[in-house]
Amino acid sequence: MAVQERASAAAAVQPPVTERITVLAWLKHNLFSTWYNSLLTILVGYLLYLVLVPVFRWAVLDATVSGDSKEACDFAGACWTLVKVRFGQYVYGLYPEDQRWRVNLALAIAAVAMVPLFLERFRHRLTYAVGLVLVYPLVGYTLFYGGWLGLPVVETPRWGGLFLTLVIAGVGITASFPLGILLALGRRSEMPVIRSLCVAFIELVRGVPLVTILFMASVMLPLFLPAGVNFDKLMRALVGVALFSAAYMAEVVRGGLQAIPKGQYEAAMALGLGYWQMTGLIVLPQALRLVIPGIVNTFIGLFKDTSLVTIIGLFDLLGMAKLIVTDPRWLGLAAESYIFAAFGFWIFCYAMSRYSQHVERRLSAGERR
Amino acid sequence: MRLSTLFAAASVMALAAGGQALAGPTFDAVKEKGFVQCGVNGSGLPGFASVDDKGNWSGLDIDLCKAVAAAVFGDASKVKYTPLTAKERFTALQSGEIDLLSRNTTWTLTRDTALGLDFVGVNYYDGQGFMVPKSLGVKSALELDGASVCVQTGTTTELNLADFFRANNMSYEPVVFETNDELIGAFQAGRCDVFTTDQSGLYSSRTKFENPDDFVVLPEVISKEPLGPVVRHGDNEWGDVVRWSLYAMVEAEEYGVTSENVDELKANSTNPTIRRMLGVEGEFGKALGLPADWAYQIIKQIGNYGESFERNLGANTPLKIKRGLNDLWTRGGLQYAMPFR
Repeated sequence: MAVQERASAAAAVQPPVTERITVLAWLKHNLFSTWYNSLLTILVGYLLYLVLVPVFRWAVLDATVSGDSKEACDFAGACWTLVKVRFGQYVYGLYPEDQRWRVNLALAIAAVAMVPLFLERFRHRLTYAVGLVLVYPLVGYTLFYGGWLGLPVVETPRWGGLFLTLVIAGVGITASFPLGILLALGRRSEMPVIRSLCVAFIELVRGVPLVTILFMASVMLPLFLPAGVNFDKLMRALVGVALFSAAYMAEVVRGGLQAIPKGQYEAAMALGLGYWQMTGLIVLPQALRLVIPGIVNTFIGLFKDTSLVTIIGLFDLLGMAKLIVTDPRWLGLAAESYIFAAFGFWIFCYAMSRYSQHVERRLSAGERR
Repeated sequence: MRLSTLFAAASVMALAAGGQALAGPTFDAVKEKGFVQCGVNGSGLPGFASVDDKGNWSGLDIDLCKAVAAAVFGDASKVKYTPLTAKERFTALQSGEIDLLSRNTTWTLTRDTALGLDFVGVNYYDGQGFMVPKSLGVKSALELDGASVCVQTGTTTELNLADFFRANNMSYEPVVFETNDELIGAFQAGRCDVFTTDQSGLYSSRTKFENPDDFVVLPEVISKEPLGPVVRHGDNEWGDVVRWSLYAMVEAEEYGVTSENVDELKANSTNPTIRRMLGVEGEFGKALGLPADWAYQIIKQIGNYGESFERNLGANTPLKIKRGLNDLWTRGGLQYAMPFR
């Protein structure tokens, strides 16, 4: 009681500060507070002027979007005509134009199917997510590859662009998450065989660059297989990417597991929970929440790493950007093509980062002070 | 060096293990599955293999894939392309992933022997050349004494350049760069007098210049880069099909058979070579295991070698590559088809 009274008295004495921040005041406070800050502000401003003005002029003012060939452009500014004409190829690669609706449909199904995951009131989100991860690949594969239900087959060398980037990143993310958790649990297991297997796998895969793994998968593996046995090149790359990111994911998850106090384990055991119940109900929910930034970091890294598949002849967004500018009709527009690809990557990575911040805020609601 | 030996050894071992077990000769397998699986340049090479606005592959190397499909199936569209990087290309062929490699691959002794491959012809004779600004007034590479030369570092190009100048007792000043695009920028900015790389590369780089007409490619070629299609070693029947598909295109140009007049010539020509080639007389098709009109189909659907060259690389394309070494032997070039007899 007394405490409350004192608090309200203090509030009465000091009314809340409602300082109106004017633009000038903000400038003075943040940019021109001292003479050297003023100097730095002016210097940086001048540098920005030197860099940004020509870039803006090149990319916007002097740029060309009209026409449908390189002849419409001059050398003064960017030639976005290329991106306009080839937009479909940046998105779908060499996927036949009359079949592109299949990709759209599959992505639309994915978007709709994911809605319940965002509904806070939906109780069985975890079960639903597991079911989705098991069922959706079949739907996606049927639509993308075809050869069933009257859909013509579209071979994987024709897959490309942003679509292929999403396929590789999507498969990599969904496969590496559960695999990584299992590896992390295995590494902390008390069974020596399982533990050493997990440690060996993680250290081996984490010790080599992704490029090496992709090269092994695309160049060496076919030589070791019996003749006539050929796995699809995309399939080989997908397995490589998934295993690679699983090793990284395992270490991120292990960090979370180690941060859980021993008391939690002991309390769970005292309640009579078995290993899987303890792990699934007590340990993992806390551990995973702790490492969300690390997990998302791995995912974003993986999304960008997918562009490495260009070195084994798959056309992801970056590979497509490269291939498009080798058309003799469009030679010399590499800058436009690369900038557009970079923009595509940025949009997706930024979206992932925003989503993770949202998840973090929601899950840590109980801990906020 | 040691690594490449290891790779070669690994490839040979794999081939020894897998070579015999391959599902019959490639030719039978191709006929059975109904299309040719053709390995092409996955990074794209202007004029040789690239993708057009409609998403279709086109280029000189692509035309060869189509020619083989036209010869075997009478339909140039029965090709499936496997985009390959430079490192993957031989493995893809050795492991049976592709039937035919048509990916601007230089014919060398090591590749023809130790790698277990067979080169069946040359569809483009490339070689290192020089480009200079017209304002320099130079007509021959032998006038380049004391010039500064822009060159890509760590390539055979750099070594060839040194050899050429040393052999001709001339001095030069190398200006080295890591990538071709850097090279283009420096050369245009006047950082060096001469730009050197493979001639096809010089021409495609020139299209990226602001004023392409101010620069000229000198006639000298200082290295040999014969680019051609490749099949598996010991795959002779299939190798014959590919080899004679290429020869048919060259022979057709020599005898003036084009995609436009081929129907008329097939009906009316009295020239015995043309009649034999187009399958009106003789049994060339049978000897190759192909339909009698195999060469007719190639020329009708793809055109002769000259038409393919002009369409992909010639004066009407942005590349504007001169025939040069790739002209017919009758006009002073190296393209020479073995007799159709």
